[in-house]
Amino acid sequence: MTRKTILNESHRALGAKMVDFGGWDMPLNYGSQIEEHHAVRRDAGMFDVSHMTVVDLRGARTREFLRHLLANDVDKLKKPGKALYSCMLNEQGGVIDDLIVYFVAEDFFRTVVNAATRDKDLDWITRQAQPFGVEVSERRDLAMIAVQGPNARSRAASLFTPEVAVQALKLGKFVAMQGDGLFIARTGYTGEDGFEIMVDEGAAVDLWNRLLGAGVKPAGLGARDTLRLEAGMNLYGQDMDETITPWEAGLAWTVALGGERDFIGRAALEATRAAGVERVMVGIIMDEKGVLRHGQTVLTDAGNGEVLSGTFSPTLGKAIAFVRIPAAAGEGVRVDIRGREVPVRLAGVPFVRDGQAVAGN
Amino acid sequence: MKEIPGDLMFLKSHEWVRVEDNGTATVGISDHAQELLGDLVYVELPNVGDTAQAGTAAAVVESVKAASDVYAPVSGEIVAVNDALADKPETINEDAYGDGWIFVVKLSDRDELQELLDPDAYAELVENEDD
Repeated sequence: MTRKTILNESHRALGAKMVDFGGWDMPLNYGSQIEEHHAVRRDAGMFDVSHMTVVDLRGARTREFLRHLLANDVDKLKKPGKALYSCMLNEQGGVIDDLIVYFVAEDFFRTVVNAATRDKDLDWITRQAQPFGVEVSERRDLAMIAVQGPNARSRAASLFTPEVAVQALKLGKFVAMQGDGLFIARTGYTGEDGFEIMVDEGAAVDLWNRLLGAGVKPAGLGARDTLRLEAGMNLYGQDMDETITPWEAGLAWTVALGGERDFIGRAALEATRAAGVERVMVGIIMDEKGVLRHGQTVLTDAGNGEVLSGTFSPTLGKAIAFVRIPAAAGEGVRVDIRGREVPVRLAGVPFVRDGQAVAGN
Repeated sequence: MKEIPGDLMFLKSHEWVRVEDNGTATVGISDHAQELLGDLVYVELPNVGDTAQAGTAAAVVESVKAASDVYAPVSGEIVAVNDALADKPETINEDAYGDGWIFVVKLSDRDELQELLDPDAYAELVENEDD
């Protein structure tokens, strides 16, 4: 049975092409995913991300629990509202999921995990939380709308009450607040500024319609994928999974090894790093025409690799991808596209920053 | 869905062909096909002088979402290709049955045309597919 978000009818009324995404009936596009992509890069777009799983963690030992559960260190979160991106690892150092965690209060943290991994995430978190006496509750009553783009914050704030608008526009990056019955976070998955807004399901359709009225363009999962890949952000299941460590997924920056903190997967991560990480994830750009796609073989002088996330970048007008290749690979990297070996360039990520191609890309 | 011009014939795999007065046949993909693919970003054209074989891949269209072979509905020598698609593949999204044509074949066997679907039969196929 396919699940529907509270905004399902709204998408259909806007003429969305709907697809199954991890068991959810979600909008792929509302006509042209490239136009939706540009709307987010140049103005303001919005995504229904209500399929994502919001999990509230409550209890006196919540911080201590999260310092054990996550590879990144929630002790970086000093002020209430601050958010952190982290991997949740298994004992082998493989990635169970990637998530965002918000520090709401000392006895209340909120996390958002992926939709496709909901069941195993909830099982894992609940099991690990038990010894800490932390209460785990899924917030199925909340819908979520991501409003993204250079004009996203001002458009969204125009719908808030004056004092909430003032506060919301002052929010630092990666910080959240509550007001007008909303949970407003200056986070996102597009590389643009904006808010991710959690709202009671009962008020979600009204908020969506008011955002439309404020000139925010609806955007589907197609644009979400090209935007996040341009922004150098991983997609769970495609770029990493339980057999892949953060070292092999370009996520070393999210692993906090300082101090003696004993988090799940730490021992395995330290061992694999000491032994030498053999495969790395890097970005590539293809200057020739064509499109890089998941599963294509990457040829290097040090052995083969594979395309993880690959797509056509609307901002660059070229194909871009994340690939996993031998760490020893040098120049002369090629991708096998239908039997043809097409040369590609190794590129830094993000590919795009603040709406523009990063220099050299 | 856009109305299908009456002078077209189709393959089940969503290619259209229009037989011109001079014995050549123009080939493209249907409006339904472009809709399924979404925004097109790349078209791999055959070379003029290549021989197309009915029912085999002669070109490739790629959208952001997927790559798809374009099968030749009829056999014959390729006598023209739509070079404008190299820079503007989205022309297929905008006008699949007109400016979005892909290549022209010099028909070598007119009997092959008997195998193709007329617009009504194709429309019916698409309709059933949507169910």
